[in-house]
Amino acid sequence: MASEPGGLTEYIQHHLTHLVPQVGKDGFWAVHLNLDSITVSLALGVLFCVWFWSQARKATSGVPGKGQAFVEIILEFVDGQVKDVFHGDRSFLGPLALTVFVWVFLMNAMDLLPVDLLPWITEKFGIGHFRAVPTADVNMTFGMSITVFLLIIVYSFKAKGFGGYMHELFTAPFGKHPLLWIPNFALNLVELVSKPVSLAMRLFGNMYAGELVFMLIAGLFSAGAGLAGWALYGMGIIGYTVWGIFHILIISIQAFIFMVLTIVYISMAHDHH
Amino acid sequence: MDFNATLIGEMIAFAILIWFCVQFIWPHINKAIEERQIKIADGLSAAERAHAELKDADTKVADEIRKARQQASEIIDKAQQQANGILDKARADAIVEINRLKAVAQDDIAAMAQQAREQLRERVGALAVQGASKIVQREVDASTHKALLDQLAAEV
Repeated sequence: MASEPGGLTEYIQHHLTHLVPQVGKDGFWAVHLNLDSITVSLALGVLFCVWFWSQARKATSGVPGKGQAFVEIILEFVDGQVKDVFHGDRSFLGPLALTVFVWVFLMNAMDLLPVDLLPWITEKFGIGHFRAVPTADVNMTFGMSITVFLLIIVYSFKAKGFGGYMHELFTAPFGKHPLLWIPNFALNLVELVSKPVSLAMRLFGNMYAGELVFMLIAGLFSAGAGLAGWALYGMGIIGYTVWGIFHILIISIQAFIFMVLTIVYISMAHDHH
Repeated sequence: MDFNATLIGEMIAFAILIWFCVQFIWPHINKAIEERQIKIADGLSAAERAHAELKDADTKVADEIRKARQQASEIIDKAQQQANGILDKARADAIVEINRLKAVAQDDIAAMAQQAREQLRERVGALAVQGASKIVQREVDASTHKALLDQLAAEV
């Protein structure tokens, strides 16, 4: 597809454009939705729910089937991570971490699909732009990290009460003196805001870069003509394979990091000072 | 990096997913895991208990076998003693019987010898009388010479 007029740059730009139909009228109230991100993420979310729910529904404390054992392995792994960090009732944080881990992993795993596959399919239905990896969309990663941020706030209020939390925001880390209230608050604000931003940007950056590398390698498939073209084609296959295998590691690690940091942030909010 | 309404949509979707997981997935699987953990722990302790019980039973069985063996040997000893006693008694009885029979036989023999001697004596008396009468050629009055004859018979 890179052989289309415009070459590699246009190929990549095309692939980096979201499917954004505009709902409603122009101007301030115009609603833009990245339909591709929403579709894929919702489909994967439903997949996660149906898969785990079907196993949970028939979960037995006797000898588990392989499907249940697999789900249990994931759940126990996540539960172990939460247990290490958070000392309290895990009946909310556990499922939260599980949801984050599995959902982010599944969305990241969309990166392993051939980079042209989903766009090629949607093109048949007359949809020009389609980005398969929701986590390479800032809306997706920020959507999750802001939700986590809200949970941090909620947990802070729950653990310390409104007054206690405000007291902490204005008096830590420098001291109680009224003159220090503003610097304290400014510093805490930076610390607070940096959490969702770093959380979202890390995942987005990794996935975006990974996707971009896949596109660059895919560009090799149609980069030349004749013998040189075939040589580049071979390099493309090798490169795509090597990067794909390496990317399995990246998507797992990113899902894991997102999960662990979510737990850490919330447990910090929960038991602090 | 262009934000749009997708952000809100994904936040809502995320919240719904979390809710679903909290409500329908986590508790069930977690419960199954915890129940199984309890079951496994119970099973392990039961196995341990059974192991200890088996050991107990083994020592008990060995004890019983030892006791039985001892009893058996005691019984055999007693039986042997009894057998020996019976044998000894039988032997003694036999000797007594033999002696008795021997005595009876000896008495019989003595009686018979006596009888034979008596008979012989009588016959000798008669023969002597006969011989004497033949020598004298006349009737000897047996009654007058009875004393003489008896003396003769006693001397034979």
